[in-house]
Amino acid sequence: MTLLYSLLILLMLISGIAALIFDKLVNSIISAGMVSLIAAFLFYFLRAPDVAMAEAAIGTGLSTAIFIITLYKTEGRGN
Amino acid sequence: MNFRKILALITIILLGIFILQAFLIIPEKGEIALNNFGKADIENRTAQLYIDKSVNSPNEQVIYKESKDKESGSANIVTSIVANYRALDTLGEVTVLFLAATGLSAILYNKKHAKSNFILKEDSFILKNGIKILFPLLILAGSYIIIYGHLSPGGSFQGGAVIATAFLLKLLSSKEYELDENILKIIEVTAGVSFVSIGLYGLYAEGSFLTNFLETGTIANLFSGGIVPIIYITIGLKVAVELTNIINDLMKA
Repeated sequence: MTLLYSLLILLMLISGIAALIFDKLVNSIISAGMVSLIAAFLFYFLRAPDVAMAEAAIGTGLSTAIFIITLYKTEGRGN
Repeated sequence: MNFRKILALITIILLGIFILQAFLIIPEKGEIALNNFGKADIENRTAQLYIDKSVNSPNEQVIYKESKDKESGSANIVTSIVANYRALDTLGEVTVLFLAATGLSAILYNKKHAKSNFILKEDSFILKNGIKILFPLLILAGSYIIIYGHLSPGGSFQGGAVIATAFLLKLLSSKEYELDENILKIIEVTAGVSFVSIGLYGLYAEGSFLTNFLETGTIANLFSGGIVPIIYITIGLKVAVELTNIINDLMKA
Protein backbone atom coordinates (compact mmCIF):
# COMPACT_ATOMS: atom_id res chain seq x y z
CA MET A 1 0.00 0.00 0.00
CA THR A 2 2.86 2.40 0.83
CA LEU A 3 4.20 1.92 -2.69
CA LEU A 4 0.81 2.86 -4.16
CA TYR A 5 0.57 5.96 -1.96
CA SER A 6 4.10 7.03 -2.90
CA LEU A 7 3.35 6.53 -6.58
CA LEU A 8 0.14 8.57 -6.34
CA ILE A 9 1.84 11.35 -4.39
CA LEU A 10 4.67 11.40 -6.94
CA LEU A 11 2.11 11.69 -9.77
CA MET A 12 0.39 14.48 -7.86
CA LEU A 13 3.68 16.37 -7.47
CA ILE A 14 4.50 15.91 -11.16
CA SER A 15 1.13 17.24 -12.29
CA GLY A 16 1.36 20.12 -9.83
CA ILE A 17 4.76 21.15 -11.17
CA ALA A 18 3.56 20.61 -14.73
CA ALA A 19 0.72 23.04 -14.08
CA LEU A 20 3.33 25.70 -13.35
CA ILE A 21 5.57 24.88 -16.30
CA PHE A 22 3.04 24.59 -19.17
CA ASP A 23 2.87 27.54 -21.53
CA LYS A 24 -0.81 27.26 -22.45
CA LEU A 25 -3.21 28.04 -19.63
CA VAL A 26 -5.67 25.31 -20.70
CA ASN A 27 -3.01 22.66 -20.12
CA SER A 28 -2.27 24.14 -16.70
CA ILE A 29 -5.94 23.97 -15.74
CA ILE A 30 -6.25 20.32 -16.78
CA SER A 31 -3.08 19.57 -14.86
CA ALA A 32 -4.46 21.25 -11.74
CA GLY A 33 -7.62 19.18 -12.14
CA MET A 34 -5.41 16.08 -12.24
CA VAL A 35 -3.98 17.06 -8.82
CA SER A 36 -7.52 17.13 -7.42
CA LEU A 37 -8.36 13.77 -8.98
CA ILE A 38 -5.33 12.05 -7.43
CA ALA A 39 -6.10 13.76 -4.12
CA ALA A 40 -9.59 12.23 -4.34
CA PHE A 41 -8.07 8.77 -4.86
CA LEU A 42 -5.79 9.29 -1.87
CA PHE A 43 -8.69 10.40 0.33
CA TYR A 44 -10.56 7.25 -0.66
CA PHE A 45 -7.64 4.97 0.14
CA LEU A 46 -7.11 6.76 3.46
CA ARG A 47 -10.72 5.92 4.43
CA ALA A 48 -12.35 9.30 3.97
CA PRO A 49 -14.87 8.50 1.22
CA ASP A 50 -17.05 11.55 1.83
CA VAL A 51 -14.13 13.94 1.41
CA ALA A 52 -13.12 11.97 -1.70
CA MET A 53 -16.61 12.50 -3.12
CA ALA A 54 -16.48 16.23 -2.49
CA GLU A 55 -12.99 16.52 -3.95
CA ALA A 56 -13.91 14.54 -7.07
CA ALA A 57 -17.14 16.44 -7.73
CA ILE A 58 -16.02 19.96 -6.84
CA GLY A 59 -12.23 19.94 -7.35
CA THR A 60 -12.08 17.86 -10.50
CA GLY A 61 -15.45 18.54 -12.10
CA LEU A 62 -16.86 21.93 -11.25
CA SER A 63 -13.79 24.07 -10.56
CA THR A 64 -11.99 22.84 -13.69
CA ALA A 65 -15.08 23.60 -15.75
CA ILE A 66 -15.44 27.05 -14.18
CA PHE A 67 -11.78 27.87 -14.86
CA ILE A 68 -12.01 26.77 -18.48
CA ILE A 69 -15.25 28.65 -19.10
CA THR A 70 -13.78 31.81 -17.56
CA LEU A 71 -10.59 31.44 -19.60
CA TYR A 72 -12.45 31.07 -22.88
CA LYS A 73 -14.75 33.97 -22.03
CA THR A 74 -11.92 36.34 -21.13
CA GLU A 75 -9.03 35.50 -23.43
CA GLY A 76 -10.61 34.25 -26.59
CA ARG A 77 -9.04 30.85 -27.13
CA GLY A 78 -6.80 30.58 -24.11
CA ASN A 79 -3.37 31.47 -25.47
CA MET B 1 7.07 54.25 1.73
CA ASN B 2 3.98 56.32 1.97
CA PHE B 3 1.62 56.68 4.88
CA ARG B 4 -0.81 53.90 3.88
CA LYS B 5 1.93 51.29 3.58
CA ILE B 6 3.31 52.16 7.03
CA LEU B 7 -0.19 51.95 8.46
CA ALA B 8 -0.68 48.53 6.86
CA LEU B 9 2.66 47.33 8.24
CA ILE B 10 1.78 48.47 11.76
CA THR B 11 -1.62 46.78 11.54
CA ILE B 12 -0.05 43.52 10.42
CA ILE B 13 2.54 43.60 13.21
CA LEU B 14 -0.17 44.28 15.81
CA LEU B 15 -2.30 41.44 14.46
CA GLY B 16 0.76 39.15 14.46
CA ILE B 17 1.46 39.91 18.11
CA PHE B 18 -2.21 39.35 18.89
CA ILE B 19 -2.18 35.93 17.20
CA LEU B 20 1.14 34.86 18.69
CA GLN B 21 -0.21 35.62 22.14
CA ALA B 22 -2.40 32.54 21.89
CA PHE B 23 0.73 30.40 22.29
CA LEU B 24 1.64 32.09 25.55
CA ILE B 25 -1.59 31.19 27.33
CA ILE B 26 -0.87 28.52 29.89
CA PRO B 27 -3.95 26.67 31.15
CA GLU B 28 -4.54 26.97 34.86
CA LYS B 29 -4.98 24.01 37.11
CA GLY B 30 -8.24 22.21 36.42
CA GLU B 31 -8.54 23.42 32.85
CA ILE B 32 -8.06 21.06 29.93
CA ALA B 33 -4.42 20.77 28.85
CA LEU B 34 -2.98 18.94 25.88
CA ASN B 35 -1.62 15.59 27.01
CA ASN B 36 1.10 13.59 25.34
CA PHE B 37 0.10 11.26 22.56
CA GLY B 38 -1.50 8.08 23.90
CA LYS B 39 -2.10 9.50 27.35
CA ALA B 40 -5.21 11.56 26.68
CA ASP B 41 -8.43 10.72 28.46
CA ILE B 42 -10.36 9.71 25.34
CA GLU B 43 -13.39 8.31 27.22
CA ASN B 44 -14.52 11.76 28.24
CA ARG B 45 -13.57 13.71 25.15
CA THR B 46 -16.27 15.42 23.12
CA ALA B 47 -15.29 13.39 20.04
CA GLN B 48 -16.03 10.14 21.88
CA LEU B 49 -19.38 11.51 23.01
CA TYR B 50 -20.23 12.33 19.40
CA ILE B 51 -19.37 8.74 18.40
CA ASP B 52 -21.57 7.42 21.21
CA LYS B 53 -24.37 9.64 19.84
CA SER B 54 -25.13 11.20 23.18
CA VAL B 55 -23.56 14.27 24.73
CA ASN B 56 -25.74 14.58 27.80
CA SER B 57 -25.85 10.97 29.07
CA PRO B 58 -23.01 8.61 30.08
CA ASN B 59 -21.10 6.58 27.51
CA GLU B 60 -22.87 3.56 26.06
CA GLN B 61 -21.91 1.33 23.23
CA VAL B 62 -23.84 1.93 20.00
CA ILE B 63 -25.02 -1.22 18.23
CA TYR B 64 -25.80 -1.03 14.51
CA LYS B 65 -29.51 -1.58 13.73
CA GLU B 66 -30.31 -2.15 17.44
CA SER B 67 -29.66 0.99 19.48
CA LYS B 68 -32.79 3.06 19.83
CA ASP B 69 -33.68 6.63 20.73
CA LYS B 70 -30.19 8.02 20.92
CA GLU B 71 -29.72 11.75 21.16
CA SER B 72 -28.61 11.82 17.52
CA GLY B 73 -29.86 8.84 15.55
CA SER B 74 -27.86 9.10 12.35
CA ALA B 75 -25.46 6.23 11.63
CA ASN B 76 -22.94 8.49 9.91
CA ILE B 77 -20.94 10.33 12.60
CA VAL B 78 -19.98 13.20 10.31
CA THR B 79 -23.64 13.83 9.51
CA SER B 80 -24.69 13.82 13.13
CA ILE B 81 -22.15 16.58 13.75
CA VAL B 82 -22.77 18.61 10.58
CA ALA B 83 -26.57 18.59 10.66
CA ASN B 84 -27.31 18.15 14.34
CA TYR B 85 -24.68 19.25 16.88
CA ARG B 86 -23.11 21.90 14.64
CA ALA B 87 -26.06 22.73 12.39
CA LEU B 88 -25.62 26.45 13.00
CA ASP B 89 -22.18 26.28 11.34
CA THR B 90 -23.78 24.56 8.37
CA LEU B 91 -26.32 27.38 8.12
CA GLY B 92 -23.35 29.76 7.93
CA GLU B 93 -21.66 27.67 5.22
CA VAL B 94 -24.82 27.62 3.12
CA THR B 95 -25.11 31.39 3.55
CA VAL B 96 -21.52 31.85 2.34
CA LEU B 97 -22.26 29.78 -0.77
CA PHE B 98 -25.48 31.74 -1.36
CA LEU B 99 -23.59 35.04 -1.12
CA ALA B 100 -20.93 33.79 -3.55
CA ALA B 101 -23.59 32.78 -6.08
CA THR B 102 -25.42 36.09 -5.64
CA GLY B 103 -22.23 38.11 -6.07
CA LEU B 104 -21.33 36.25 -9.25
CA SER B 105 -24.82 36.78 -10.64
CA ALA B 106 -24.61 40.49 -9.86
CA ILE B 107 -21.27 40.83 -11.66
CA LEU B 108 -22.27 38.78 -14.68
CA TYR B 109 -25.76 40.27 -15.00
CA ASN B 110 -26.55 40.61 -18.68
CA LYS B 111 -29.86 41.99 -19.95
CA LYS B 112 -29.55 40.65 -23.47
CA HIS B 113 -28.91 37.02 -22.49
CA ALA B 114 -26.60 36.29 -25.38
CA LYS B 115 -27.38 32.73 -26.35
CA SER B 116 -23.89 31.74 -27.35
CA ASN B 117 -22.46 28.39 -26.39
CA PHE B 118 -18.80 28.97 -25.97
CA ILE B 119 -16.95 25.79 -26.91
CA LEU B 120 -18.97 23.74 -29.34
CA LYS B 121 -19.16 24.90 -32.94
CA GLU B 122 -21.56 22.07 -33.73
CA ASP B 123 -23.10 19.55 -31.37
CA SER B 124 -20.97 16.45 -31.22
CA PHE B 125 -22.92 13.19 -31.64
CA ILE B 126 -21.01 11.20 -29.00
CA LEU B 127 -21.18 13.99 -26.42
CA LYS B 128 -24.87 14.60 -27.01
CA ASN B 129 -25.99 10.97 -26.78
CA GLY B 130 -23.53 10.00 -24.08
CA ILE B 131 -24.84 12.79 -21.88
CA LYS B 132 -28.43 11.71 -22.58
CA ILE B 133 -27.57 8.41 -20.86
CA LEU B 134 -25.37 9.92 -18.15
CA PHE B 135 -27.69 12.74 -17.08
CA PRO B 136 -30.44 10.68 -15.31
CA LEU B 137 -27.80 8.42 -13.75
CA LEU B 138 -25.94 11.40 -12.29
CA ILE B 139 -29.17 12.92 -10.95
CA LEU B 140 -30.02 9.55 -9.37
CA ALA B 141 -26.54 9.23 -7.83
CA GLY B 142 -26.71 12.77 -6.45
CA SER B 143 -30.16 12.23 -4.94
CA TYR B 144 -29.00 8.94 -3.39
CA ILE B 145 -25.98 10.61 -1.82
CA ILE B 146 -28.21 13.34 -0.35
CA ILE B 147 -31.06 11.12 0.88
CA TYR B 148 -28.79 8.41 2.35
CA GLY B 149 -26.45 11.06 3.78
CA HIS B 150 -27.29 10.14 7.37
CA LEU B 151 -26.54 6.43 6.77
CA SER B 152 -23.60 6.21 4.40
CA PRO B 153 -20.60 8.42 3.56
CA GLY B 154 -21.50 11.54 1.66
CA GLY B 155 -24.10 14.14 2.22
CA SER B 156 -25.76 17.25 0.94
CA PHE B 157 -22.71 19.15 -0.27
CA GLN B 158 -21.33 16.18 -2.21
CA GLY B 159 -24.70 15.20 -3.65
CA GLY B 160 -25.47 18.79 -4.60
CA ALA B 161 -22.14 19.05 -6.41
CA VAL B 162 -22.87 15.82 -8.32
CA ILE B 163 -26.27 17.16 -9.42
CA ALA B 164 -24.66 20.43 -10.51
CA THR B 165 -22.12 18.42 -12.56
CA ALA B 166 -25.04 16.70 -14.32
CA PHE B 167 -26.47 20.08 -15.31
CA LEU B 168 -23.01 21.26 -16.42
CA LEU B 169 -22.85 18.30 -18.82
CA LYS B 170 -26.37 19.01 -20.04
CA LEU B 171 -25.46 22.66 -20.73
CA LEU B 172 -22.32 21.55 -22.59
CA SER B 173 -24.20 19.04 -24.70
CA SER B 174 -26.62 21.27 -26.58
CA LYS B 175 -27.02 24.89 -27.48
CA GLU B 176 -30.77 24.86 -27.10
CA TYR B 177 -30.88 23.63 -23.50
CA GLU B 178 -31.92 26.39 -21.14
CA LEU B 179 -32.63 26.41 -17.44
CA ASP B 180 -35.72 28.18 -16.18
CA GLU B 181 -34.32 30.68 -13.71
CA ASN B 182 -37.68 31.21 -11.98
CA ILE B 183 -37.88 27.52 -11.04
CA LEU B 184 -34.29 27.69 -9.74
CA LYS B 185 -35.21 30.72 -7.62
CA ILE B 186 -38.32 29.05 -6.21
CA ILE B 187 -36.44 25.85 -5.25
CA GLU B 188 -33.60 27.83 -3.70
CA VAL B 189 -35.86 30.08 -1.62
CA THR B 190 -38.13 27.21 -0.50
CA ALA B 191 -35.15 25.12 0.63
CA GLY B 192 -33.55 28.02 2.50
CA VAL B 193 -36.76 29.06 4.21
CA SER B 194 -37.59 25.49 5.26
CA PHE B 195 -34.08 25.01 6.73
CA VAL B 196 -34.47 28.13 8.87
CA SER B 197 -38.08 27.33 9.82
CA ILE B 198 -37.09 23.82 10.98
CA GLY B 199 -34.53 25.56 13.19
CA LEU B 200 -37.12 28.04 14.46
CA TYR B 201 -39.58 25.24 15.24
CA GLY B 202 -36.81 23.62 17.30
CA LEU B 203 -36.45 26.94 19.15
CA TYR B 204 -40.21 26.98 19.79
CA ALA B 205 -40.58 23.31 20.79
CA GLU B 206 -37.32 22.44 22.56
CA GLY B 207 -35.91 25.80 23.53
CA SER B 208 -32.88 26.19 21.28
CA PHE B 209 -32.28 26.90 17.61
CA LEU B 210 -31.96 23.84 15.30
CA THR B 211 -32.57 21.31 18.06
CA ASN B 212 -33.83 17.88 17.13
CA PHE B 213 -37.57 17.75 17.90
CA LEU B 214 -38.46 14.46 16.18
CA GLU B 215 -37.95 10.90 17.37
CA THR B 216 -34.54 9.57 16.40
CA GLY B 217 -35.62 5.95 15.86
CA THR B 218 -33.36 2.93 15.41
CA ILE B 219 -29.86 3.65 14.16
CA ALA B 220 -29.24 2.78 10.46
CA ASN B 221 -32.89 2.71 9.38
CA LEU B 222 -33.83 5.01 6.51
CA PHE B 223 -36.36 6.83 8.67
CA SER B 224 -34.09 7.69 11.57
CA GLY B 225 -32.08 10.59 12.82
CA GLY B 226 -34.94 12.98 13.50
CA ILE B 227 -34.51 16.25 11.62
CA VAL B 228 -31.08 15.32 10.15
CA PRO B 229 -32.33 13.83 6.85
CA ILE B 230 -34.86 16.65 6.37
CA ILE B 231 -32.18 19.28 6.91
CA TYR B 232 -29.85 17.41 4.56
CA ILE B 233 -32.46 17.33 1.78
CA THR B 234 -33.02 21.09 2.06
CA ILE B 235 -29.28 21.83 2.07
CA GLY B 236 -28.76 19.44 -0.84
CA LEU B 237 -31.38 21.22 -2.96
CA LYS B 238 -29.92 24.60 -2.04
CA VAL B 239 -26.33 23.63 -2.89
CA ALA B 240 -27.35 21.94 -6.16
CA VAL B 241 -29.36 24.94 -7.32
CA GLU B 242 -26.69 27.47 -6.31
CA LEU B 243 -23.84 25.63 -8.06
CA THR B 244 -26.01 25.07 -11.15
CA ASN B 245 -26.85 28.76 -11.14
CA ILE B 246 -23.15 29.73 -10.96
CA ILE B 247 -22.36 27.54 -13.99
CA ASN B 248 -25.43 28.78 -15.90
CA ASP B 249 -24.44 32.40 -15.26
CA LEU B 250 -20.89 31.78 -16.46
CA MET B 251 -22.05 29.96 -19.59
CA LYS B 252 -24.63 32.59 -20.55
CA ALA B 253 -22.50 35.62 -19.68
